[in-house]
Amino acid sequence: MTHTVLVTGVSRHIGARVAGVLAADPDIDRVIGVDTVPPSSLTRGGGGVALGRMEFVRVDLRSPDIAQVIAAADIDTVVHMSLVSAPSKSAGRTYMKEHNVIGTMQLLAACQRSATVRKVVVRSTTAVYGSSSHDPAVFTEDAEPIEVANSGYAKDATEVEAYVRGFARRRPDVSVSALRFANFMGPGVDSPLTRYFAQPVLPTVLGFDPRLQFVHEDDGVEVLRRFAVEDHPGIFNVAGDGVMLLSQCVRRSGRPTVPVPSTAFRVIGDLARGVGRVDFSPEQIALMSYGRAVDSARLVEELDWRPKLTTAAAFDDFLQSRGLFGGMPLTVIDWLATVWGGGMKR
Amino acid sequence: MKHTDTSHDFGEQEPGTAQVIPITAARRRSAGGAGKADVEDRLADLLAFLRRRVAGEYEVDEFGFDPELNDKVLLELIRPLYRHWFRVETLGLENVPDEAGALVVANHSGTVPVDALMLQVALHDDHPAHRPLRLLGADLVYQLPVLGHLSRKSGHTLACPEDADRLMRKGELVGVFPEGFKGVGKPFAERYKLQRFGRGGFVASAIRAQVPIIPCSIVGAEEIYPKIGNLRSIARLFGLPYVPITPLFPWLGPLGLLPLPSKWMIQFGEPVRTDEFDPEEADDPMLVFNLTDQVRELVQQQLNRLRLQRGHAFPPFF
Repeated sequence: MTHTVLVTGVSRHIGARVAGVLAADPDIDRVIGVDTVPPSSLTRGGGGVALGRMEFVRVDLRSPDIAQVIAAADIDTVVHMSLVSAPSKSAGRTYMKEHNVIGTMQLLAACQRSATVRKVVVRSTTAVYGSSSHDPAVFTEDAEPIEVANSGYAKDATEVEAYVRGFARRRPDVSVSALRFANFMGPGVDSPLTRYFAQPVLPTVLGFDPRLQFVHEDDGVEVLRRFAVEDHPGIFNVAGDGVMLLSQCVRRSGRPTVPVPSTAFRVIGDLARGVGRVDFSPEQIALMSYGRAVDSARLVEELDWRPKLTTAAAFDDFLQSRGLFGGMPLTVIDWLATVWGGGMKR
Repeated sequence: MKHTDTSHDFGEQEPGTAQVIPITAARRRSAGGAGKADVEDRLADLLAFLRRRVAGEYEVDEFGFDPELNDKVLLELIRPLYRHWFRVETLGLENVPDEAGALVVANHSGTVPVDALMLQVALHDDHPAHRPLRLLGADLVYQLPVLGHLSRKSGHTLACPEDADRLMRKGELVGVFPEGFKGVGKPFAERYKLQRFGRGGFVASAIRAQVPIIPCSIVGAEEIYPKIGNLRSIARLFGLPYVPITPLFPWLGPLGLLPLPSKWMIQFGEPVRTDEFDPEEADDPMLVFNLTDQVRELVQQQLNRLRLQRGHAFPPFF
């Protein structure tokens, strides 16, 4: 039924994996991947994610060129994953915003003109719900954020979703889905949060212990594949079952923490952004203070499928791939157990 | 060949599996009441507990509730206060269901919400099913550092319809103090007089989830910090609802923070059924108002009776 699929954002890990999975599906005639830079497996030859027979077209989404790609290839399914979650060191926030918002506008404008497009799947994020002390503990898709995001990724995603809603209204014949993903976790994921957990010392907000929720990259790819080949219009939360507290994540990783007052966190954030590795944007600090959990019951019912890995299992897989495990304190306890345990056996 | 292989495997495994006895149980048996083995058991349990905590090998629910931390650490810290300082007595625990969802509606008092903690211990320790109480707290609690996450770990969450509905649908025992700050911060002269019961949102939630409402009265909390004045300007400075003046605070400094050892009683009344209504009727404001008033009246009457039954707040003196 599905013939030609356009995948945006294929130079990024999840985008490349989705494109690869769709290219391996014999029911799909063509998979066209677009992005501003070629995926790593094409440039370095062999490295990165296997893309199979995916055809790559280099397009800057902010330009109207995308319309030509869609028109030329008779594309019927668009999987839009070209959302940047954090400003890069070189390009900065202005580029990120243009890439996310203007890019989506151009893509949807092209889809609206197209006579062949009949399905649009957009990757969004649970960041649209924000994080605050006034929010309910668990968000469902109908929840309205109490504090509307006014900066960063959450604002971009909120605006992207608004354009997607507008598009769905103007083209009721097209099946439009928006997927709000929790933070991705897994061996190949490179996000502000995975970079955070990879640091040697983890700063935490003093006096706060947020609830975090992850979705494993394998499950994320499977959800995107299902949405690309089947029709499931609507908005869906996607998250692994259960939640973890930041303190719990940190204990499992075995890394030491430094509790920092939230005001000082902001200063550190500016310094860290200068170095360019870790992002401590205001929304990141809000997440690190109040956390966020969502209910993915709607997705489970719609797909009759549940993410294979829970939040905790996804995080453990990430830790294992990075070779992180319980450090000093755990060794001390195990040593005590053997000393006393040995004494007990007599 | 394959068949004989498997049977051989079983033959080898069976004696091994049959001998597995939990280590702690075995030790208890062999020790035969010796105190030393008991100490070793406890040490082994403690180490196992520490290992789980340090390794992060425990589960929290979606609200952030950490049952193990709550039972072994947080409640453990306030148990002496419950047993020995306030000598809390509970009545009517049979009115609280063992498994199903229910909504406990209680009076709020005491200047500092110690009554919430005591109610939590009462239902966890004295109820036969050891039910964790999931309180709906003021948003101030969740803005504050430390208090916010400890409250979540202890099982509580923000008082909002989404969370209340979700907890009740999951069959949890939800607790609410509808008077809010008006109740807990009222002057000593107004003790045991129920304040207005909010907007009745808790009643609407109970009707939607079709869970019974259990009127609960707490006697004793009013006397722990008798509030005879309010430092308004200091309260405004820190964004707090009030800063109390009590007979001991702030005159005695940190010593004034010690709650007075009043005698406490907590009674759970007969449940008010909500399954006689249609879940849609939760949107009928008149019904919600009437039911709210009815519950408030039940709590007040039970409170008056219980206060008489308790007698002196500080027996045997006055």
